Amino acid sequence: MVDETAIQQTQGSEPKSEEIQSRRPFTWGTGAIWLLLLAFLLLLFFGLRRTQQGPVQPGAPAPQFSLTTFDGQNLDTTQMRGQVILVNFWASWCVPCEQEAAELQQAYENYKDKGVVFVGVNYVDTEPEARDYMARFDITYPNGPDLGTRISQAYRIRGVPETYIMGANGNLVEAKIGPYASLAEIQASLDRALASTTE
Amino acid sequence: MTARRSLALVLLATTVAVGFSLAVSRPAQAQPPTPSDNQVNQVASQLYCPVCENVPLDVCPTQACAQWRELIREKLAAGWSDDQIKQYFVTQYGDRVLATPPAHGLNWLVYVLPPVAILIGVGVLAGVLRSWRRSPVPEPEPPSITENPYVRQMEEELQRRERGE
Repeated sequence: MVDETAIQQTQGSEPKSEEIQSRRPFTWGTGAIWLLLLAFLLLLFFGLRRTQQGPVQPGAPAPQFSLTTFDGQNLDTTQMRGQVILVNFWASWCVPCEQEAAELQQAYENYKDKGVVFVGVNYVDTEPEARDYMARFDITYPNGPDLGTRISQAYRIRGVPETYIMGANGNLVEAKIGPYASLAEIQASLDRALASTTE
Repeated sequence: MTARRSLALVLLATTVAVGFSLAVSRPAQAQPPTPSDNQVNQVASQLYCPVCENVPLDVCPTQACAQWRELIREKLAAGWSDDQIKQYFVTQYGDRVLATPPAHGLNWLVYVLPPVAILIGVGVLAGVLRSWRRSPVPEPEPPSITENPYVRQMEEELQRRERGE
């Protein structure tokens, strides 16, 4: 009985010191692994949060951008401060965009002398088809390709058409996801944006 | 004599004219052939549809993808290389159109994380195997003879006989 206890004690004490010695370097390795895992999870978290954020909300500062139109004209929204800017994302392959194309052009004609600027942002499209589309709907307001999808990424759009109306102070006044149903709806949005700038 | 001289002049003029036209005119070249669907798809397979989620451009059924494949055909016909076409698509639609993301920025993680994870896994496995080898699992001892119920029953029987029961 005494012998067994002695054996147990010796068996119990010797591996303990070995374990401590062997665990020391492994603890650093484990710590590094946990750190890496944590960094990866944080990255994943922020990435997911960004994708789940949804489009830019009214009231927030609207992303500013520059764009070269199909006619070679350079537009910079930072130089248009003091005016209401309507930014419409569209594509020639987008069937719902066709529903509002003529109405947007009509609204442009009605509001171009009232301090409203229209900018069409052509989202992932091919230039000949985009030009055909503009010709088909007699679109005359400035339109240009969203090179590298930088503008659409800044606005975090989910698809086309989407329309954002920027107030004179650079904040977003309205966001329309999907096509406008009528000219009256566009005009009502523009009137609200103009009213908010005069307040 | 005059007729001969005029004939000689005409022959000379004709020879000069023919020689000049041969020297100036170039042989007509064949039009470059229109790139085949296979050639277009070979480039398209290295690109992804910029609109759809995770759909390679060569198999994407949408109208937009058909337009992009036509664009590739036009660029190939114009003599563009695969890399030039891919670069054009990146400029127009961003990095996400590439089947293999370029190794810059956070994209590095795509290339670094898998080998790091494998190395860590190998390290952990090696550590676990080493610890197993160091402390072998003790073999279960055979049950002692007194614990055997048949032996115990036999001993009880013998004791009972000794007592004369």
